[in-house]
Amino acid sequence: MGSNTAQLIRAMAVFIPLLFISGFYCLIVTRNLIRALIGLEILSKAVTLLLIFAGYITGRTALAQACVITLILIEAVLVAVAAGIVVNTVQHTASLDRRKLENLKG
Amino acid sequence: MAIDLLLLIGLTISAVGSILKRDMVKAAIALALTSVILSVLMFRFSSPLAAVFELSVCASLITVLFMSTISLTKPLTKEKEEKRMPVRAWHIVVLPTLLIVAALLLTFVKIPMDFTAPPAVPSDVRSVLWNNRQPDLLGQILVIIAGFFGVLVLFKERLFRADRAEVWTQPVRSMSVLTPKESDAVGINSVEVREGTNLGEPLSRKS
Repeated sequence: MGSNTAQLIRAMAVFIPLLFISGFYCLIVTRNLIRALIGLEILSKAVTLLLIFAGYITGRTALAQACVITLILIEAVLVAVAAGIVVNTVQHTASLDRRKLENLKG
Repeated sequence: MAIDLLLLIGLTISAVGSILKRDMVKAAIALALTSVILSVLMFRFSSPLAAVFELSVCASLITVLFMSTISLTKPLTKEKEEKRMPVRAWHIVVLPTLLIVAALLLTFVKIPMDFTAPPAVPSDVRSVLWNNRQPDLLGQILVIIAGFFGVLVLFKERLFRADRAEVWTQPVRSMSVLTPKESDAVGINSVEVREGTNLGEPLSRKS
């Protein structure tokens, strides 16, 4: 394995987990529903980068791209539906705070 | 390698910026920047089709969705926005500290480099998608249909409420009550009506 590739693997081994940590931090800590979606997006980007890099170093870029295209499509639909849920939630609770959702009303 | 490292640093900074930015519009723009940098990295890693998808879907479509959501949920005044989500300044210290500590720890993690990559299999993305990943294609179609109906159901209720709102805003004629048709439209059986009351005001409801 070339030294360039080895350095790239070491760099990815640092930055991809950093993206994961950022995404999880945002999801866990934030009270804003829209920012929770942003955290989810960052997690997806970390997975996307991991898949593409794995395809690059193994020479299977076509398979990696096929997986990533599927992931991106599902991500877009997820954000669209989640955005609709957030808008409806705001109409009911007049707030973007997730703590307002703790009181279930039948 | 230097360019890749710079792109990775830029990617991390813009991702962290989208988390820490208080203004949601700026956070959405920072997320779009993250997608753009990721797209450039994908081009550099010989994945042009995925890069185009990332650029067209994540950097633009998802950003538009975020902007629409932000505009539909934005309070009318800045004071209401401040009251709604107060500033928590400790985020600005905690997240970067956490990431720096994690980066330092990860630098010392030993990564086994003695694996040999399997021989590269040259193939086209289209042939892989159509021939080898057919369940993925079916899943994508089902997810798109489910998303379409999900959004339709979510916003159908909003249209229904808009229709009901028209009955509520009509002023009441003196000493009149709701006609049976109006009662059915608003979904209540009986209501105490004060003379001259505009139905937009709160009413006492009889069970």
